[in-house]
Amino acid sequence: MLAVQVSHIVKSFADKVAVDDLSFSVAQGELFGLIGPNGAGKTTTIRMMMDIIKPDSGDVTILGEKLSEASKNKLGYLPEERGLYRKLSVLDSIIYLASLKGMDRRPAEEKANELLNQTGMLLHKGKRIEELSRGMGQIIQFIVTIIHDPELVILDEPFAGLDPVNTELLKGMFADLRNQGKAVILSTHQMNQIEELCDRILMINYGRSVLYGELAEIKSQYRSNSVLLECEGKLGEVPGVTDKRTRQGYTELMLDSNTTPQQVLAHLVSRGVVINRFEVATPPLNEIFLKVVGKTHE
Amino acid sequence: MNKTLLILRHEFLHTIKRRGFIIITIIVPLIALLAIGVSQLVSGIAKPTVEITTIGYVDEFGGFQQHTSQGNITLIRFDTPDDATEALVKGDIKEYFVIPPDYISSGVVNRYTLEKQVVTPSATTTAIKNFLTSNLLAGKVPANTLARIEAPLNLVTTRLTETGAVAPEQGGLENFIIPAVFSLLLALSIIFSSTYLLQGLGEEKENRLIEVLLSSVSTRQLLIGKVLGLGVAGLVQVAVWVISAPLLLSLASSSIGGFISTIQLPANFLVLAVLYFILGYLLFAVLSAGIGAISSNSREGQQLIGIFTFPIFIPLWAGSLQFMFPESPIWVILSIFPITAPVEVMLRLGVSDIPAWQLATSIAVLALSIIGGLLLTAKVFRTYLLMYGKRPGFGEIIRSLRSG
Repeated sequence: MLAVQVSHIVKSFADKVAVDDLSFSVAQGELFGLIGPNGAGKTTTIRMMMDIIKPDSGDVTILGEKLSEASKNKLGYLPEERGLYRKLSVLDSIIYLASLKGMDRRPAEEKANELLNQTGMLLHKGKRIEELSRGMGQIIQFIVTIIHDPELVILDEPFAGLDPVNTELLKGMFADLRNQGKAVILSTHQMNQIEELCDRILMINYGRSVLYGELAEIKSQYRSNSVLLECEGKLGEVPGVTDKRTRQGYTELMLDSNTTPQQVLAHLVSRGVVINRFEVATPPLNEIFLKVVGKTHE
Repeated sequence: MNKTLLILRHEFLHTIKRRGFIIITIIVPLIALLAIGVSQLVSGIAKPTVEITTIGYVDEFGGFQQHTSQGNITLIRFDTPDDATEALVKGDIKEYFVIPPDYISSGVVNRYTLEKQVVTPSATTTAIKNFLTSNLLAGKVPANTLARIEAPLNLVTTRLTETGAVAPEQGGLENFIIPAVFSLLLALSIIFSSTYLLQGLGEEKENRLIEVLLSSVSTRQLLIGKVLGLGVAGLVQVAVWVISAPLLLSLASSSIGGFISTIQLPANFLVLAVLYFILGYLLFAVLSAGIGAISSNSREGQQLIGIFTFPIFIPLWAGSLQFMFPESPIWVILSIFPITAPVEVMLRLGVSDIPAWQLATSIAVLALSIIGGLLLTAKVFRTYLLMYGKRPGFGEIIRSLRSG
């Protein structure tokens, strides 16, 4: 059963088409990246998935059915801009929002303590939300998102405003969720943030799909035929290399269309060059995005 | 637990813990206490009128010599205005008046005093009037006729039923006091509860919690839970005020005296009071929810709801007019117009009878407005709740209502 199946959804506001004929699916146990620049239609797409707004046309099924009261309990959602009841204590906030996901008070409290402990926030559980820093508030909100053990977790810009320590903490927790067999959807405009996390991605721009599929496949598809090399001594002439660009501590070798990285490696080894690093260059996601968008604009 | 109930409980607890709610709940009985204290103080200060006041007069017309003792006021004759002025300045007399030679034709009497006054105190006016009347009629009519000329009317009204028997409900101030106080409390409680609803929604909109809530519950559950939760909080507030009333009344009884024991409740008052509180609150809760949904923040929402809360007080402002012109069709209109109906009907119950057809129409119009409002609100609620920072134009709202 697919965690999410979106087919041909369209949504327009007043005179602007926010989402234009978008289709994708997310499997269980998958970390899925929904990426695109600001205003691409990511949040609108998520809101349609959450049944917060209705699409003009098209269908969304969540965990094999139309979203209902019961299936809302299997869903965890971290909205783009975050906040909680400012006057309520951390623990009370978590328990109240967990109860709206169908959790009873006692298990909610136990789980809350466990997650607060895991995120190093246990000391703050009696504080009011307004006493917390912005980053701490976000951690609490993330706990609210996952406390009820949802089957599907949707996170809209989860790293916005987080320091590197908390960013790494959350990344680790996302990976845990995936390993537990949950479907996780990560929506962000910071494409490089999630490169190492996602199994598959959907890249959108102006409400349309521009790239969709396995991240590794997309990267190999867009790789510029080049290798990154770090070696000792002078490199000299290498057959099949059309250009050499010196970067910070390494060199990028541009290969002609008839040469493979294996041939270059074999050549270097045969010459006895001491190689510290040899890597097939894959462009970062935002470079791929610019390339794709540039193409669709032409 | 049912999610609607969870929201209801959360909203109720969240509201009654608010500092503003606690202050308002306590402050109303406190203000009443203060009012009682002030009224006791004022009546205490006003009491020294038992001491005799001396007023001078100059009789340029002639013949005004008898009846110089009028209740607590004693009149002293002076020969000339200059003598009287001298006595006034010395403080021998409080004031004096001059009866001019042409008094019979003009009726003019000139009064001189050191005090700044808005109007002449009624005790003084009555004393001077009776002094003049008594002297003018002295020897011409019998003494008891004179007493009736001075005070010809002591009106005692008895209300009869259609069968001619004495009606159990006699009207009057005894009948008016509780409806009047209740209508004020009703207006206050409705306004506070709906303001809290608006603030709560505004807060959830501003901090985007609304998205988390809507990903857990339906719009209907959210709307009903909020409206009922705050409604229960409003009822608790009114209950505190009503329970504190007997306590305050017993404190007040020393100054208002036996009046408390004569207080009557109009027929059906309790039933109608509860009904109109609930209907009135629901109407404003629905309006608040709708306005909360379309306004971009709670401050803007509060300005918009002002358009609706302002007319709630019209019946109270017009309170004294209702005494004077109880038959005016304006009161019928105010009783039926849904926004003013709850307060107006409460007030009118104390002033006069309300025909059954008017009550029925009023309740029906109120109920229909609530249902209509609820349908409209449910439509805009979902759409505009998620439009942050941008209030939709009027035309846009109409379009979205049409398309649903």
